[in-house]
Amino acid sequence: MPESQSIVHKAATKRGRKRQSLLPILQDIYEHKHVIDEEDMVEVARELDISAAHVYGTATFYSFLETRQSGQFIIRLCKTITCMMHGKNLILQELERILKIKPGQTTPDGLFTLKEANCLGQCHKGPAMLVNDTPHTELTPEKIRDIIDGYRREALKL
Amino acid sequence: MTKTLKRLDLIFKNEGDSEAILEKTLSRNNEDIISDLIASGLKGRGGAGFPTGLKWRLTGEVEADQKYVICNADEGEPGTFKDREILSSVPHKVLTGMAVCGRIIGATKGFIYLRNEYKFLVPKLRTALDDFHLIMDKLNLDFRVDIFMGSGAYICGEESALFESMEGKRGEPRNKPPYPTNYGYNGKPTVINNVETLAHTYSIFKYGAEKFRDLGVKDSRGSKVFSVSGDTPIPGIYELEFGMTLQRFVDDFGDGDAKAVQVGGAAGFCVPRKRFEKTIIGYQGKLTGVSLPTGGSMMIFNSSRSMYNVLHNYLEFFVEESCGQCTPCRVGTQQLLMGVEAVKRGDKSSDYLNKLLELSEIMRQTAKCGLGQSVANSFSSIVENFKEEMIY
Ligand SMILES: Cc1cc2nc3c(=O)[nH]c(=O)nc-3n(C[C@H](O)[C@H](O)[C@H](O)COP(=O)(O)O)c2cc1C
Ligand code: SF4
Repeated sequence: MPESQSIVHKAATKRGRKRQSLLPILQDIYEHKHVIDEEDMVEVARELDISAAHVYGTATFYSFLETRQSGQFIIRLCKTITCMMHGKNLILQELERILKIKPGQTTPDGLFTLKEANCLGQCHKGPAMLVNDTPHTELTPEKIRDIIDGYRREALKL
Repeated sequence: MTKTLKRLDLIFKNEGDSEAILEKTLSRNNEDIISDLIASGLKGRGGAGFPTGLKWRLTGEVEADQKYVICNADEGEPGTFKDREILSSVPHKVLTGMAVCGRIIGATKGFIYLRNEYKFLVPKLRTALDDFHLIMDKLNLDFRVDIFMGSGAYICGEESALFESMEGKRGEPRNKPPYPTNYGYNGKPTVINNVETLAHTYSIFKYGAEKFRDLGVKDSRGSKVFSVSGDTPIPGIYELEFGMTLQRFVDDFGDGDAKAVQVGGAAGFCVPRKRFEKTIIGYQGKLTGVSLPTGGSMMIFNSSRSMYNVLHNYLEFFVEESCGQCTPCRVGTQQLLMGVEAVKRGDKSSDYLNKLLELSEIMRQTAKCGLGQSVANSFSSIVENFKEEMIY
């Protein structure tokens, strides 16, 4: 079984083959591969016995599911007004500077994807961002350098 | 010298007595519990302010082979973060409320719909769920709660969009009626309540309806958890009594230079300084003639802030989060955003703002769900009160 087929198969077995399992299945696939590609969607449709168009419609609706390959670490920087007021743009500049990418892009080494996101629910500690599932708050440019450094080390298993 | 507002500690106080409270509550009959909830005056804290006891009673009265209890933990409204804190520090209160609701309406299955931004809470929540299920077994109650993860869509906080999402579909709101009390998740009668609402039911079970009712003012009973952010020296989460004026609030939480407070998030209202004294925080609080949203998001802006930037930020939010299902909202949000940009650039005259105000009113009347309908709240309250800032 090709790798993506086996991931889909495993997710469907774990979550159950019903329409109500579609979102959890897509979430599982995304967690594994950091992308949900067309092949995955067709495979999910086959597993759940629904149309691939329905799977596509659902997968493209949600901002935490991506149909383009994202990096190992997805950075979501909050752009809601209170984080803006507390210096979000400085943080964004620093991220762009050290990662050498713009929002929506992924570093060539496949480590980081940079995105801007709506309210992360950390407004009292802005500016805030999520890296995969982990919140980082009260950000400063210095802190950003340490955080990114930490994830780089994690990726290299230093 | 004004007295500072009384800070309450009902929601976050943890006395480790959830099993005893649950047992005590379940020893009473359903009708008594519901009467208590109704007498307490508790209204939903998720936005619509529907009386909680009535919601449970209505759902209980419907005949069905399966019913559900859902805790709405999608908390996507800009400027609110209190549900996150409640779920992480007192999850057992929320679960107790769900279990009692389950017994009353006859549901054996509950879900917490958790926004993906809060996925880091899952390990803690699972521990709380394990403890909770042990208590369920001990009390011989057939009720189980699962976590359902959202995937990053503000609209999924709207109850019918949330059901669609749980059913594996795009999070597009349904037509109402039918209401969730009759036709919710999987088309079955469903009680859906905000995290904070459920936590308040615990306080009512524990202290009684009287004590809850004694807090607050007419039509707005009990305490409310506020998320305070923006230009404040003390941002954070505060439990306060309903019924204060916005002036009192700003005296306590502002930085001495507040020019406006956005109450209720992007979907809420902007109140300028000259109206602080007259604005009361509570369901009957009159703000541009509409009752106040109750989510509890309080964003304070001081005089250094551009209200154009604030409005622009909210409009971008709505453009991105509109589900796109109905035209007034899909097209209207984009037109409002492009419109204020054009006025700011000078491509359109200031009169164009009146056209945009009309458009936002049309959206209020014709959009399918609360998202599109409430864009006019912030749009008109910001444009009307800060017109010069929109133009120059
Ligand atoms: C666009 C939109 C977003 C909403 N988001 C939330 C939310 O994140 N959390 C919530 O509890 N209610 C939210 N609501 C309100 C719910 O539809 C529903 O009224 C509420 O969960 C009912 O619970 P309550 O009676 O305890 O307030 C939202 C409504 C709309 C229109
Ligand atoms: S009002 Fe907006 S969010 Fe609501 S159904 Fe219409 S397009 Fe979707």
